[in-house]
Amino acid sequence: MSETAFFDEMHSGGGVRAPYDRYAAWLHSTPVETLKQRHDQANSLFRTVGITFNVYGEDGGVERLIPFDIVPRIISAEEWDIVERGVIQRVDALNAFLHDVYNDQEILRSGRIPPELVLTNDAFRPEMLGLRLPRSVYAHVAGIDIVRIDAKTFYVLEDNARTPSGVSYMLENRQAMMRLFPDLFAAYPVAPVSHYPELLLDTLRAVAPKEVEDPTVVLLTPGQYNSAYFEHAFLAQEMGIELVEGQDLFVDDGDVFMRTTRGPKRVHVIYRRIDDDFLDPLTFRRDSTLGVAGLMAACRLGRVTVCNAVGGGIADDKAIYAYMPEIIRFYLGQEPILKNVPTYTLRRKKDLDYTLAHLPELVVKEVHGSGGYGMLVGPAASKAEIEAFRAKIVAAPDGFIAQPTLALSTCPTFVEDGIAPRHVDLRPFVLSGQKTTVVPGGLTRVAMRQGSLVVNSSQGGGTKDTWVLEKPHARPRR
Amino acid sequence: MRLQISHETVYSLTQAASRSIQYLRLTPRVDRCQRTESWVIEGPERLRPWTDGYGNTVHVASESTTHDSLVIRVSGVVTTRDTAGVLPLDDGLPPDMFLRETPLTAVSAEIAGFARPFADTRAAEGDIAALHALMTAQADAIAFEAGHTSVFTPAASAFSTGKGVCQDHAHIFIAACRVIGLPCRYVSGYLAFGSGDVATHAWAEAFVADLGWVSFDPANRQSATDAYVRLAVGPDYAAAAPVIGVRTGGGGEEVSVAVQVEQVQS
Repeated sequence: MSETAFFDEMHSGGGVRAPYDRYAAWLHSTPVETLKQRHDQANSLFRTVGITFNVYGEDGGVERLIPFDIVPRIISAEEWDIVERGVIQRVDALNAFLHDVYNDQEILRSGRIPPELVLTNDAFRPEMLGLRLPRSVYAHVAGIDIVRIDAKTFYVLEDNARTPSGVSYMLENRQAMMRLFPDLFAAYPVAPVSHYPELLLDTLRAVAPKEVEDPTVVLLTPGQYNSAYFEHAFLAQEMGIELVEGQDLFVDDGDVFMRTTRGPKRVHVIYRRIDDDFLDPLTFRRDSTLGVAGLMAACRLGRVTVCNAVGGGIADDKAIYAYMPEIIRFYLGQEPILKNVPTYTLRRKKDLDYTLAHLPELVVKEVHGSGGYGMLVGPAASKAEIEAFRAKIVAAPDGFIAQPTLALSTCPTFVEDGIAPRHVDLRPFVLSGQKTTVVPGGLTRVAMRQGSLVVNSSQGGGTKDTWVLEKPHARPRR
Repeated sequence: MRLQISHETVYSLTQAASRSIQYLRLTPRVDRCQRTESWVIEGPERLRPWTDGYGNTVHVASESTTHDSLVIRVSGVVTTRDTAGVLPLDDGLPPDMFLRETPLTAVSAEIAGFARPFADTRAAEGDIAALHALMTAQADAIAFEAGHTSVFTPAASAFSTGKGVCQDHAHIFIAACRVIGLPCRYVSGYLAFGSGDVATHAWAEAFVADLGWVSFDPANRQSATDAYVRLAVGPDYAAAAPVIGVRTGGGGEEVSVAVQVEQVQS
């Protein structure tokens, strides 16, 4: 496929798309040297702030800066309306699904999803069975990865209902852009995103155990060696809450306490950024030193709310993904607003045969993989890579799904030789507490390599600021 | 059968601990085969009951003052009833979820090789016949012998050793059932008239369609009778352990356990 086969966010049909009109004029009248200067300025800004990202797999984790691109991704109010309604619908369905699979399991009895797909899935956590959570919310923070293939069509590539990260880039990218290009912000009605931490804190407080009037919320991090530690520290600071590690908390008589210089302090809501497996050594991995012994007791006693709830992984499992349209219809009685990518489940013989016969056209992912690891992008892979992957699939077909390669939209991006189109996706962050909300924006990830469709930061992807344009006469800006 | 049970666990620590927390699955389940007349748990400074995802009653026990020993005493009277080792499917736990592998019940090549022939038995003679044949073969293959394994020994290594105690038998049986496609779970509890058992007992329950959960105790070559009292179920020992805990400080420990299960008149 040539680059022209892709929908471009800025240019289409030989002209400039409406949301970009003034920006395109500015971009085309700005000398490349000026852009280069701003690009360098942006890099030094991020170095000062200290946003870095640990990359696993090479040299046992190296710290590096995620490339930031100075060309924003701009979304019109009408386009955002589709995305916003679509992700809210999706997350409402995910939460209803989680509540159901851990309680009445009506969807399994209805036959809409093969029961064994849930019950024998490693992401299903029987430890959560029969537990009623405040407001029946499991995925308090969800990141929904969206790609676009034409003017009107948005696909959800992946749901993230465990501990999605990246929101700090949304916030920091905006701050950097406002410092670098104040004039553009004066000319464009860009919807603000800076109130995200405030909304997040409201969300967390809204799901506190119900008898608590003024809940204490903490952010639980695995510590400074975690790839997203910067984000944990950043969010805790923005929300004005304590950043804690497992050793700072303890459970006594079913309540969770934080050690403070003035003695133990009761904790009511834990925004945890560590995986289920490490949360409570008395319930999950015995060797975990990152969690809090006794936490599942406190959680099941309703003394503390863990956000996101344990067991949310069953909702964003890649094998369950294929059933999302059914899940939305079953719980909400609505047609999905955002499309699902057709998915071949390789545990099915028919799907396996098809996939093995069409590997060069398909994207194959590990069911339990994330971060773009263990993934085959057929059109971009060499013959040898395809054959090596074929052997992996044949050895354990249950562990894989396959999807057609989508024509991800492109967005102009500043690269070595000027401005060129690069593929992008979008991760809006959806908050579910008293209600389901999403700040207008998200994390736009961009594949910095020409032709690459992999936007994951662990695979060399970069980020962009995402501008959602406000409708004319919108309410006053915050 | 009316059973009087007393069970004492004493942890003597080589150094004082400043804090400890434990999950105690030491309360008889509410099941069709048993009814609890009286039950008392005591010892730890603070005890709070909760219910885990498998429907087990668990006490979270916490000590927050310096201590060099931990004592847990439970006692009570339970009336049991012989259900021919079968419990109907009415505990709300979907059987299929017990097909999932856990670190303690992972199938090794050896276990797979041992269990596979019983898939043929299952096809030819049915689930019950296959499960009984499997239990007998396992009891023949694995000698009941303490001192070779711990509660956290995986089924695969206990099977290789050829020796083990009731937990190992239960784990191996669960792994073997998975090989022949039957969901099977771990049960911890008490056994009256146990031969030389000084601790709690463990056995397994396999799910047979149209019948329910059928118990198998490979260590004693039998299905559960009214001499069995069920405390907890789970996919393996880690989820159903009578006592599991961590502490801050405390060095090493010595554990002594005394269990008495006696039949008493009503």
